[in-house]
Amino acid sequence: MKLSGSGHRVAASLLAFALAAGATLLAQSVTEIAYDANADFVTLPSYGEVAGVATNSRGHIFVYARTGHGVATLGDERTFYHGGSRLFEFDQNGKLVKEIGQGVYAVNFAQQVRVDPQDNVWIVDAGSNQVVKFDADGRFQLVLGRKPENIPVRPGAGVPARQIDVTRENPSGGEGGRGGGGRGGGTPGAGINGDTFNRPSDVTWDRAGNVYIADGFGPNNRIAKFTKDGDFVKTFGHTGSGQGEFNGIRGLASDAAGNLYVADAGNKRIQVFDMDGTFKSQIGGVGTPQAICVSGGATQYLYSSNSNDPESTANGEIYKLRLNGQIVGKFGRAGKMPKEFGMVNAIDCRTENDLIVGEVWNWRAQKVTLRR
Amino acid sequence: MMRRCAISLVVGLLVAAGPTSAQNVSGPAKAKATTPEIPFDSVPNFIKMPPGVYMGEAVGVATNSKGHVFVITRSGESRLFEFDQNGAFVKEFGAGSYGFAFAHAVRVDKDDNVWAVDEGTNVIQKFSPDGKLLIVLGKRPDPLEQIAFMPGGGQYSGLNRPYSFHRQTDLGWDPQGNIFVTDGYGDSRVVKYDKNGRFMKSVGTRGNGPLQFSTPHAMAVDARGLVYVADRGNSRIVVLDNDLNQKAVYDTVGAPWAVCITNTPHQYLFSSNSFPTGNNFDQAPITGEIYKMELDGTVLGRFGKAGHAFKEFSSIHQMDCRTPDEIYVAEITEWRVQKIRLRPAATSSTGGK
Repeated sequence: MKLSGSGHRVAASLLAFALAAGATLLAQSVTEIAYDANADFVTLPSYGEVAGVATNSRGHIFVYARTGHGVATLGDERTFYHGGSRLFEFDQNGKLVKEIGQGVYAVNFAQQVRVDPQDNVWIVDAGSNQVVKFDADGRFQLVLGRKPENIPVRPGAGVPARQIDVTRENPSGGEGGRGGGGRGGGTPGAGINGDTFNRPSDVTWDRAGNVYIADGFGPNNRIAKFTKDGDFVKTFGHTGSGQGEFNGIRGLASDAAGNLYVADAGNKRIQVFDMDGTFKSQIGGVGTPQAICVSGGATQYLYSSNSNDPESTANGEIYKLRLNGQIVGKFGRAGKMPKEFGMVNAIDCRTENDLIVGEVWNWRAQKVTLRR
Repeated sequence: MMRRCAISLVVGLLVAAGPTSAQNVSGPAKAKATTPEIPFDSVPNFIKMPPGVYMGEAVGVATNSKGHVFVITRSGESRLFEFDQNGAFVKEFGAGSYGFAFAHAVRVDKDDNVWAVDEGTNVIQKFSPDGKLLIVLGKRPDPLEQIAFMPGGGQYSGLNRPYSFHRQTDLGWDPQGNIFVTDGYGDSRVVKYDKNGRFMKSVGTRGNGPLQFSTPHAMAVDARGLVYVADRGNSRIVVLDNDLNQKAVYDTVGAPWAVCITNTPHQYLFSSNSFPTGNNFDQAPITGEIYKMELDGTVLGRFGKAGHAFKEFSSIHQMDCRTPDEIYVAEITEWRVQKIRLRPAATSSTGGK
């Protein structure tokens, strides 16, 4: 059939409709992957929200959890924040090996943990706005970002008025509200060469060892690139919905071919870049990508969790995709029972069909095995 | 953002003014003068804390089917302890957990799972009898965000969210295992979940009309699945059916801080008209007693009075009454749990048994 001009427009609007409805349409047609789950594989020494999970080359499991209690220390008209999260290492059988980074300055609000190809352990903390690299023995290797010196406490609440310097724009040294205490030092993202993160969410590396930080789910909406020694290289992306623009970055992953996958949650898509930040493509139809990972193995796969939000048991399924964005299948749903998923914030997929899934809602890391 | 916070603080203070004064009841409970006294004893030094650990505000107490006693307390941290039927220390639950900041209640279900209610984290944790975390209800707000709201947070907001609480106070289960939560200070409602923690229903706003509450502070569920809500600020117990429709109001027993229902074939309801926590000793003569009632609201007897001494009650915050003549009471202003034995002879003389 020959399409007239108006036919093109009809086709275009149909296409637009199909794209808008894409998530729903795809969700109905996606294959369900059968799977088993072990919710008891690891037991945290102290219970809390599991924000990050990762494995190393020996199969050890690292869990970065929000647990215990953050402590606000009242200082000289300022308030300082310590603690609130812990990093644990378990062996391949789920037995606790050790805790890493007890009392470390940056450990405030766990967001993610990743293990690099050399088995170094990297934590991303959205409270201190820092990324810290530990070697396999738990010693510091690299610190990126700086924790704000103090946290914003609303002026005028409980502090005598004369103690507040109202001539300063931000008397408490911050803007309050969302920012998680990440505003104490000044305007978000105003650091030298982009070294100030605002609610960073994830970290990955290229084959040369360059470091990429997802920054993040605060207002910065960019990817920051550093050399393996921590020297600033570049930053790309800003807030928006176009190509190369982000609206809340929740996850970051890279493949062996040198592609960077960015979970652009607010725009309900995964954007793909080369390692210089040049936009290549985008992947939709997987809901709101909250946690992503790229598997090991000769043929790599991408996993993405359409995690539920805190007030709903809608969604919750995890997608398995080919690297070209084609969906292989999906599994799981939101809930609190074993085998269900609650606010999945991290997926480890070192081995293609053996996953570790970290849940903020259900305070656990589940070992998930996809059936072939 | 800051300006909005400041405004909401002012609003919060205004809203809070009502219920605070409502707690200061103007006179004794209506039933006090006409209710016979039940004689009772308190077991001395029943709870034995482990060495070096001190009880804080004893906000919650519950027993399991073996008679073990669970105490949740606001100490240096809020902590949950298990003691055996003789009061000897057994173990701690959830040490260092993210879900303990300002404890409010503990309950044990029919399978002896232990449920901890914490209004500082807005989280309810379900532990297996051996202390394994089974279910988390509610979501702790991002602690760093909360700092921007301090001090003065936690006032009534009525957000009514399906999976988040706002300073929830207590919980109970019907025979099917459905979960009921009173929520609380920041909301003013009763929430129902199925046994797997999936949201079913929520009713209630702040006020004193039908299906309104002013600090629903405690609850109990009977064997028929009826829900008894201790509507403390309104000095009444509101009875809801299993679908959370209002059935009845009992308003003769003062301000119900704590309620419990016995686990016996004939069930009784106990309600504590507790001495308020503000050290307002004007209230001492007209508060402090516990009422024993039929489930239909008929008052059978009362016992106890306000005070700090042994066998007196200083702001009872939770009670356990698995059996009708053996009551555990957890108190805030004296940091203790007392084991109370009611003398059954007197109870029978009132026609209660």
